[in-house]
Amino acid sequence: MSAPRPAPRNGAAPRPTLAVFKLASCDGCQLTLLDCEDELLTVAGRVEIAHFLEASSAVRPGPYDLALVEGSVTTPQDAERVREIRAAARFLVTIGACATAGGIQALRDFADVEEFRATVYARPDYIATLATSTPVSAHVPVDFELRGCPIDRGQLLEVITAFLAGRKPDVPDHSVCFACKRRGTVCVTVAHGTPCLGPVTHAGCGAICPAYGRGCYGCFGPSGSVNLPALIPLLRRDGMSEDDVRRALRTYNAASFVEVEGAGAGGAGVKGAPS
Amino acid sequence: MTHRGSRVLHVGPLARVEGEGALHLTVDDGTVTGAELRIYEPPRFFEAFLRGRSHTEPPDITARVCGICPVAYQMSACRAVEDACGVTVDGQLAALRRLLYCGEWIESQILHIHLLHAPDFLGVDGAVELARTQRAHVERGLRIKQAGNAILEQLGGRAIHPVNVRLGGFHRVPATGELGPLAERLRRARDDAWQTVCWVAGFDFPDAGLDHALLALAEPGRYAIDSGTPTVMAAPHTHGLPSGTAAPLPLRQFPVYAFPSEVTEEQVPYSTALQAALDGERYLTGSLARYAISGRWLSPLAQEAARAGGLGDPAAGKVCRNPFRSIVVRAVEALYAIDEALRIIDAYEPPPRPYVAVPPRAGTGHGATEAPRGLLYHRYTLDAAGLITAATLVPPTSQNQGAIEDDLRRLVQARLDTGAGDTEAELTALCERGIRNHDPCISCSAHFLDLTVDTVDRARRSPPCP
Ligand code: SF4
Ligand code: SF4
Repeated sequence: MSAPRPAPRNGAAPRPTLAVFKLASCDGCQLTLLDCEDELLTVAGRVEIAHFLEASSAVRPGPYDLALVEGSVTTPQDAERVREIRAAARFLVTIGACATAGGIQALRDFADVEEFRATVYARPDYIATLATSTPVSAHVPVDFELRGCPIDRGQLLEVITAFLAGRKPDVPDHSVCFACKRRGTVCVTVAHGTPCLGPVTHAGCGAICPAYGRGCYGCFGPSGSVNLPALIPLLRRDGMSEDDVRRALRTYNAASFVEVEGAGAGGAGVKGAPS
Repeated sequence: MTHRGSRVLHVGPLARVEGEGALHLTVDDGTVTGAELRIYEPPRFFEAFLRGRSHTEPPDITARVCGICPVAYQMSACRAVEDACGVTVDGQLAALRRLLYCGEWIESQILHIHLLHAPDFLGVDGAVELARTQRAHVERGLRIKQAGNAILEQLGGRAIHPVNVRLGGFHRVPATGELGPLAERLRRARDDAWQTVCWVAGFDFPDAGLDHALLALAEPGRYAIDSGTPTVMAAPHTHGLPSGTAAPLPLRQFPVYAFPSEVTEEQVPYSTALQAALDGERYLTGSLARYAISGRWLSPLAQEAARAGGLGDPAAGKVCRNPFRSIVVRAVEALYAIDEALRIIDAYEPPPRPYVAVPPRAGTGHGATEAPRGLLYHRYTLDAAGLITAATLVPPTSQNQGAIEDDLRRLVQARLDTGAGDTEAELTALCERGIRNHDPCISCSAHFLDLTVDTVDRARRSPPCP
């Protein structure tokens, strides 16, 4: 990703424009922006919010300097919309597990979506949907992917600030384990035999779960260098069945953990669709 | 453009709601004969992929249905699974759950009041524009919201999709004294929330009246949030009264397990959200319903705020059926949630264990709690090993959808009847306001309103939802 060109800043120069879009999602990642209570009005003063339906009825047409996209592509219409958003955006950043890895709705990828449709709807024929839930990057080039279900407020502000300043966001891709060490949290696996996906999960949340006495359940998706074959026997030792392990890897970032399973885990015993 | 009977309107995206939807109105010679709220939020199939999951998973998984009310999903999920397993959570653990829920109520109600709904009354596009002229009000809203989020963060680990909830209670409970700093912040928020009640009470409210039955949980002795018995207040027309009647009407209750037989869900061709009916009729859940059914159980301070805010005396059974005034009711509810959070913190003593065990057993369990925008019902069927074999989630918006449609039909009809000859933009603004009055969460069942008004004789249907 190259650094953005800051907008010219002479007297009448327009502020950079920010747009927020939503595909299939829960709204949680864009709500994270509204949850930056201390910084919201400051951010709003530095950018021109050109399109952010959750926050404003004022909708200005593109092009946009920075587009944040939440949610995954699950309909033919959204596949088209994501191309339009790309065409209108100088920089496109995906926010959250849905936009970055297909999200929880990617569980359909391992199942029969026709059957899903019939389970939920009496008239499945009224419902238009794709058989898959794919990340934005499967459709268009993406400048930066911010992980998490939901994303972390601090990381979001870092990404916005970095783009405004014309530099690369400082979002490291080490594992949750590093964050536990930094926070001074005693390792739940070593101390209590609690199964934890922290060793293979991308940092960013600040290692919340272990601090609350539970194992990480992987909501930030796989970290940079993942050693699943080493982790799986530990999870089994700590009481997880093969099905439990499979389900744990296949939830909020199903599609990307499965990529890792395919690439790294080989015969690690986590193959096959859940249930 | 404005002659009756031949009106076609296409209107852009609806902002300041969650999720995606469109509105299609049919006008037959000056009479609105149809109103279809088309929710085209892409289906996410939660009920399907919950099958085969362990009974411990619904609280974390169903939180992802909605980023605005994850705690509501977590709490209804816990209640339903615990019901299936024959476990009751009470004492300080139940109090902590209610405290967490208060955090979500504060955050969500204040978000809706200050950032999403108030701009409608003040003629601006959003909170950022509002901050230019009324910065102190926006900043106060952000402060109160932050206090709600502080509860969620401290007790839940984070504000969106909290991690500390589990079946039977929590992974970790606060130590003695740990909630002290939170209480200090909440006391400031309580003063701020009182100011918010006064602020919104001063808005201009168009005349309007609902004629629907109201459904909310009720729990004698306190305002229902995290538990209670489904309670229905009759619609005015069933008693030959005009819509909008502020007198209390008869109540009827049914147990939570009877929800599936009392509330029937139907799929309509134009929407991904199912529509619900009660006794075959449209009904409303949410702030107006709760206030009508449980107003007298509000704390003394919240009751005083309701009177000061022009809602009348809830202790005397005064109800509010003007949807535009729902913003005042929400402000009173936010104040109540702060008051209640403080009461819980004052009485808090750490329980002996952070959770009670919930061993699986075969069976079906039901759970209902009050999400900020209305009653949220969950049902799970488990096998003996605790794997889910069937799951049903009935979110508030799908229950409210029919009542919202009817409300919009009345609003537009009243405008047409004045012969004012409103422009497209005016009618759209009216419909958008009508929708926001109900704080619908269209993700759980929407961000775009494409308003189409069609004449019936052409019977032209707008293209299928995108
Ligand atoms: S990643 Fe998680 S929090 Fe973000 S939109 Fe998707 S489901 Fe919601
Ligand atoms: S510890 Fe793991 S599961 Fe918990 S919030 Fe962080 S990344 Fe998500």
